[in-house]
Amino acid sequence: MATETIRTLPWYAPPRVAQAMGQVRRYPLVPLALLTFLLVIPALFASQVAPYDPLQGSLSKRLKPPAWQQGGTLEYPLGTDKLGRDMLSRIIYGARVSLMVSLVAIFVGGIIGTVLGMISGYFGGWVDALLMRLVDISLSLPTILLALVLVAAVGPSFGTVITILMIFLWARYARLVRGETLAIKERDFIARARVAGASHIRIMARYIFPNVVNSLVVLATLQVGYVILLESTLSFLGAGLPRPTPAWGLMIADGRELIVTAWWVSMFPGLAIMLTVLSLNLLGDWLRDHLDPKLRNV
Amino acid sequence: MQRYIARRALQSLLTIWVMTLIVFTLARISGNPLDVMLPLEAGPEEYARVSKHWGLDQPLHTQYFIFLSKAVRGDFGDSWKWHGESAMGLVAQRLPATLQLAGFALAISLVIALPIGVLAAVMKGNGWDTAAKIIALLGQSLPPFWLGIVLMWIFAVHLGWFPTSGRGGIQYMILPAITLGWFQVAVVMRLLRSSMLDVLDSEFVKLTRIKGLAEWKVIWKHCLRNASITPLTVFAIIAGGLMTGAVVTESVFSWPGTGQLVVDAVRARDFQVVQAVVIVFAGIFILTNLVVDILYAYLDPRIRYQ
Repeated sequence: MATETIRTLPWYAPPRVAQAMGQVRRYPLVPLALLTFLLVIPALFASQVAPYDPLQGSLSKRLKPPAWQQGGTLEYPLGTDKLGRDMLSRIIYGARVSLMVSLVAIFVGGIIGTVLGMISGYFGGWVDALLMRLVDISLSLPTILLALVLVAAVGPSFGTVITILMIFLWARYARLVRGETLAIKERDFIARARVAGASHIRIMARYIFPNVVNSLVVLATLQVGYVILLESTLSFLGAGLPRPTPAWGLMIADGRELIVTAWWVSMFPGLAIMLTVLSLNLLGDWLRDHLDPKLRNV
Repeated sequence: MQRYIARRALQSLLTIWVMTLIVFTLARISGNPLDVMLPLEAGPEEYARVSKHWGLDQPLHTQYFIFLSKAVRGDFGDSWKWHGESAMGLVAQRLPATLQLAGFALAISLVIALPIGVLAAVMKGNGWDTAAKIIALLGQSLPPFWLGIVLMWIFAVHLGWFPTSGRGGIQYMILPAITLGWFQVAVVMRLLRSSMLDVLDSEFVKLTRIKGLAEWKVIWKHCLRNASITPLTVFAIIAGGLMTGAVVTESVFSWPGTGQLVVDAVRARDFQVVQAVVIVFAGIFILTNLVVDILYAYLDPRIRYQ
């Protein structure tokens, strides 16, 4: 438990993120470099980095193999898909799609979960009992199936994917934050704040929240990879983002039928997902060990 | 113990009920079902007649009650896409193929995970341990549907060892089963490794060694037997993984099971079939969870009093 940290600091522990920044040399360099080149730069500067429009192709240039294969040109280094769209550009824009979907879902789901978790742990009683039953239920709902129902009902869209991911994500944050709030609210500084006349909302925002930030950062990082994987799975099944969005999962689905003639259409987006998720997992593990070792068993 | 079982059973029922509520609500959000059922030129009196026939003129809570009482009897209406078939009938037809694939995948993953997990613990920090770490890491990072396509590309398209898709003899099952079992291998292996490490450290293992028992017998009989309780606890996760995985794997390999059925139904917006599959799968999933929790509480009394 992080109780030592809390005890030695009178008001609240400053986020240890800042302390960790000091240990630059111990950063996991390989995952960070991979992430920068695979996810962050492509996502932020997609329109500058990508050589072509990800949605416009020319049918005369369809299914060109990658540059090093016979028939491939340097014009399209990773080849083209069946509509003649540049694979490299689509993968670059795909990074933006993946990152945006997972960040929005984790951010919104994280906020909902954190607020409900704090309320649950702080007030206890029937509110706690009710919220925790809800958490149990939503953790035992089969995500992919739920996504399929929702998509069958309202059709695939950005909003549908975010909703599904949120339903899946909030409960973990709520459970985590509730557990920590239960421990923190017994501390002296909370009692002192009460005596000083702080309202419940102020106590939660100023005194409890800063103490759970570390765990939240770790959980969020550990989840980005998982959410990217989940989103691409949904898109692959036709229950995620609609066509012609350049989503990695959709691109792999397009390539599945072409596996005999054009292997590159499904291989490269898959490699992009694998390397991204792999480095996110390595980074998450590292962050957990440095910021919040007690999460190891969550 | 009875109280624990009762509480868990109640919670499972509640979860299934929430699932039916979600499915029902979504079915109504998706628009007036009559728009799909009736031809475009149907007049208002046609609408009124058919809506009375299907009970759609009733208030929503009555409709929900009718839906629930039919669902309990396994009646989810008829499929729109597959004419003349009931939704539940389609699910029942396809379920054996899915169970067969899932069972085979589970067997394969145990065959791979058991020896590697044990060896990784025994030779901690050694080559086997590193291999186990890499497999675990890849298990978490490889998109399962992509793994399926890669396997298909290498072993079916290039080497021609296995057929690319469809259902038939055992050769049709190998690639899908590996794809489906991959994630399970990582989960079981990691847990087995850590519980083996705990057991190897305990007093009774020292005793068996002092007794002069052969090392292989110490490890594969005495330790493994005690260490395999922990992986049992994640069986629910594994079962859940196998079911969600089945949806993905079946659509990659065109395996004619329930997973393929539900994906086809989603594409055709055949809601009756989707809800039948989802409720059946959710029921299996939640029931497995319940059984495993009870089993675990039976094996480990501390759980009952939490």
